[in-house]
Amino acid sequence: MTGKEYRTITDVKGPLVFLNKTEPVAFGEIVSLRLSNGTIKNGQVLDTSDDMVIVQVFEGTAKIDREAGVTFMGDVFKLPVSEDLIGRILDGAGRPRDGGPDIVAEQYDDIIGAAINPYSRRSPHDFIQTGISAIDCCTSLVRGQKLPIFSASGLPHNDIALQIARQAKLTGSDEEFIVVFCAMGITAEEYNFFRADLERTGALEHAVLFVNLADDPAVERIITPRLALTAAEYLAFEKDKHVLVIYTDMTNYCDALRQIGAAREEVPGRRGYPGYMYTDLAMLYERAGLVKGKKGSITQFPILTMPGDDITHPIPDLSGYITEGQIVISRELHQQGIYPPINVLPSLSRLMGSCIGEKTTREDHKSVSDQMYAAYAQGRELRGLVAIVGEDALNERDKQLLEFSGVFEDKFLRQSRDEDRSIEETLDLCWTLMSAIDTKYLVRLDQKWIDKYHPDNRK
Amino acid sequence: MKNEGLIYRISGPVVTAIDMKAAMYDVVRVGTEGLMGEVIELHGDKAVIQVYEDTSGIRPGEIVVNTGETLSVSLGPGLLTQIYDGIQRPLPTLEKEMGVFLTRGVDADAFDLEKIWTFEPQVSVGDTVVGGQVVGHVQETDTIVHKIMAVPGMGGVVKSIESGDFNVTQTICTFEDGSDMQMMQKWPVRTPRPYQQKYPPVIPLVTGTRILDFLFPLAKGGAAGIPGPFGSGKTVTQQSLAKYSDAQLVVYIGCGERGNEMTEVLDEFPHLIDPNTGKPLMERTVMIANTSNMPVAAREASVYTGITIAEYYRDMGYDVALMADSTSRWAEAMREISSRLEEMPGEEGYPAYLSTRIAEFYERAGRVETLNGEDGSITVIGAVSPPGGDISEPVSQGTLRIVKVFWGLDAGLARQRHFPAINWLNSYSLYPQSLDQWFRDKIAQDFPEVRVELSGLLQIESELQEIVQLVGSDSLPADQQLTLEVARMIREYFLQQNAFHEVDAYCDIDLQYKMAKAILSFQEAAKNAMASGAQLNDVVNVPSRSDLMRGRLNKGYIDIIDDMVKTMCEEIAATVEEN
Repeated sequence: MTGKEYRTITDVKGPLVFLNKTEPVAFGEIVSLRLSNGTIKNGQVLDTSDDMVIVQVFEGTAKIDREAGVTFMGDVFKLPVSEDLIGRILDGAGRPRDGGPDIVAEQYDDIIGAAINPYSRRSPHDFIQTGISAIDCCTSLVRGQKLPIFSASGLPHNDIALQIARQAKLTGSDEEFIVVFCAMGITAEEYNFFRADLERTGALEHAVLFVNLADDPAVERIITPRLALTAAEYLAFEKDKHVLVIYTDMTNYCDALRQIGAAREEVPGRRGYPGYMYTDLAMLYERAGLVKGKKGSITQFPILTMPGDDITHPIPDLSGYITEGQIVISRELHQQGIYPPINVLPSLSRLMGSCIGEKTTREDHKSVSDQMYAAYAQGRELRGLVAIVGEDALNERDKQLLEFSGVFEDKFLRQSRDEDRSIEETLDLCWTLMSAIDTKYLVRLDQKWIDKYHPDNRK
Repeated sequence: MKNEGLIYRISGPVVTAIDMKAAMYDVVRVGTEGLMGEVIELHGDKAVIQVYEDTSGIRPGEIVVNTGETLSVSLGPGLLTQIYDGIQRPLPTLEKEMGVFLTRGVDADAFDLEKIWTFEPQVSVGDTVVGGQVVGHVQETDTIVHKIMAVPGMGGVVKSIESGDFNVTQTICTFEDGSDMQMMQKWPVRTPRPYQQKYPPVIPLVTGTRILDFLFPLAKGGAAGIPGPFGSGKTVTQQSLAKYSDAQLVVYIGCGERGNEMTEVLDEFPHLIDPNTGKPLMERTVMIANTSNMPVAAREASVYTGITIAEYYRDMGYDVALMADSTSRWAEAMREISSRLEEMPGEEGYPAYLSTRIAEFYERAGRVETLNGEDGSITVIGAVSPPGGDISEPVSQGTLRIVKVFWGLDAGLARQRHFPAINWLNSYSLYPQSLDQWFRDKIAQDFPEVRVELSGLLQIESELQEIVQLVGSDSLPADQQLTLEVARMIREYFLQQNAFHEVDAYCDIDLQYKMAKAILSFQEAAKNAMASGAQLNDVVNVPSRSDLMRGRLNKGYIDIIDDMVKTMCEEIAATVEEN
């Protein structure tokens, strides 16, 4: 479908190339640029009119001059998809990076993806056991959910993401997740870490990797997650797979978005990020879910690092408004040497109510989770008070709660990187830990669960 | 110039056409696929169009056709129970046409044009009918009688009208001047439907949520804003208002929010029973779902689509409640379009006309005398999602300037799992003055005084808490410790309410009053007992008080609460003798 080649570039600015006098070019059309040294670069039409066309170049505009040839490919960006994708490593623009052959396409899918009709969605309700107590008990993950990890520089979010990827399973089922891993602007070191780990555990055979590293072109990051999600949608909704999409790091993605916005001289929103960032992020995050008539599912685990640990920064803020909860990683816990350093207090899973209970996890799950949360929250608050008035001023109840908050972190949160706790083990652990508190202070536990599960009554 | 032009430029959802006769807000069909769009700017011979569907793949030079109409909604029987996208296309129909993913270029009727309704006339041959007057009715759902009204501005002397079975496009009535009318009419969404006059709001919208009804009541015909950071419970609050408020009809607009949330509503509403009528909630509901990843221009239109439907039912004399979740996403859609138009931005990149648009939208709320001479109202409840929870931003501020009720959601309360997480210290309602007479007449003579007493106690608590932070509660005098205890009771027993509990989710207004009085009875009994030498600890820990507090989760609580209060007061009085 290639048309003729134009040599009408007028301006090159940042990642953008401006041309005039072309045939009518479609909005979103894919563009191939041939440089005088023979290099081929790819881009996409951002703005088109009779007089001028603006092209965003994925590989960066280095070496592009006004002599470069521009060919419009007559179609929007499509990814060749087939089941052969599984086990492959591709670069940020969808080309093989593992030395393997090109993907033999079963079909070509538009990478922008269409919105799911809200009427055609199915409610998610299958509990995913991650084997991490803090997540399973307090912010339970559901198949079809989008649950980001809010982290910050220097915290072990990658370990947690990998542990989830390794351990995630449905209770009472041996259905495997296909992991679609999407790296945006991470360092080669981080990438090697991910790759080595996936190889070591054999997970790579059930994974597709899309990799854009820190020294790859920033603009390419705009399409990397879209490629990953297109692959995920194909596998989930055409091939009935359950797909877990991990992307890291959303902050780099948003920065690339800002870079393009600035080059287009758009009116910036908060902190220079474009005003349409909410919509743009939604077009990624909303590609999670389950739909009527299809067996597969897409569960998303975006990782983002909060600049300056600030949860009100536009990136975590806008993400939080779209995603169904968040898992917040705490620097304080990390510095205490606790892994995984998940702060359960600001963490939340909006879909938790739909996936826990008698039929899926255990009848006492909700009660236990509420009580653990409440006791820990009160214990943490008391730490502040103790700093002022001293521990002696506390009454018996407060002393027990204060003690509990320490135990919570040391015994409940803390687990090793390959420790896979079943939900039963997690809930039993909760009961063991809570039994240190006098039963009369455990007001959020139903008496019937105390009778059934409290260690004193189980013996 | 003719009604057809050519595409000159495409930039995201904004398309420019040349050589086309166009007026502002004309609806046009863009490209060979005929995507729907609306003219939003004229610039010499260029017309700038916002397109309601994805524009990728469209090329300059393709055709643009001006329909000459303005963006309108179809109004008539069949609206209720529907779920629409932002431009009134039914999502179930789109699913049938396109499958589970929304593609583009599909038109769909707003409701079934073939369905037969039994029409009963209310006017006779020879009567003069004016615009807005009811000429007859059909039974739309079990609870809602759909009144067929002459289009405002039309009318005449009735030449013929008959009862019988018709679909919505068949003529049901003809006039002497040769004009006729059908059950379906169209109305431009950006034009408010006319009414005779606005009345002051004097009747509360009873929501069944204690903190809202009791402390910060909203009037039927009023407007409320709910700002809050993510995770503070905006959507849960909006949904429980949609479920339990005593409006006769509900229009729920999911504007730029999560897909799974809309699915939840769709799964849940058909099974939920309206506590006021005993019928499925869905029968009184029209839903509009334009989720965050659906086209942004349609998101901009969705709130207008919703409020026009609300006005239509208001004109029949109904009390309509409209929930918009979230108006911030609507404002962002305006910002996105505005920046594509390269307009000079106002604050934070929002267009300078943001606050005007917000005000115009909320002003379409109100209790009115309809053209038919009846009372009808629209109550608007808009969620606001301020970035970082900071309400100094333009959308929150633009909203607060116009609404009279502010329900401020608080992240801190949500973290303590205090729900609904509405901050009782900074929220406000300006309606009590006009509503108090209703409360006195219908609920209890001292209702307003009880409210003032409760909010006064909460205010004192917040002051005392500052001292407690420094010195601990034990160092306060006994009477102040009692005040703290009473305030705690207000928070835990009265203000906290579980929106997912089968009994607690909806609290009758009579019961609300009794519960509030129960708290004051406790305070008084405790004061008296302590004055006679009882110990605070004994007074607070009488078992009947925790029975009273826990009892609210049981059915039939309203029948036994008086006895429980009596028992509590006796037990408290008995603590004097123990000493």
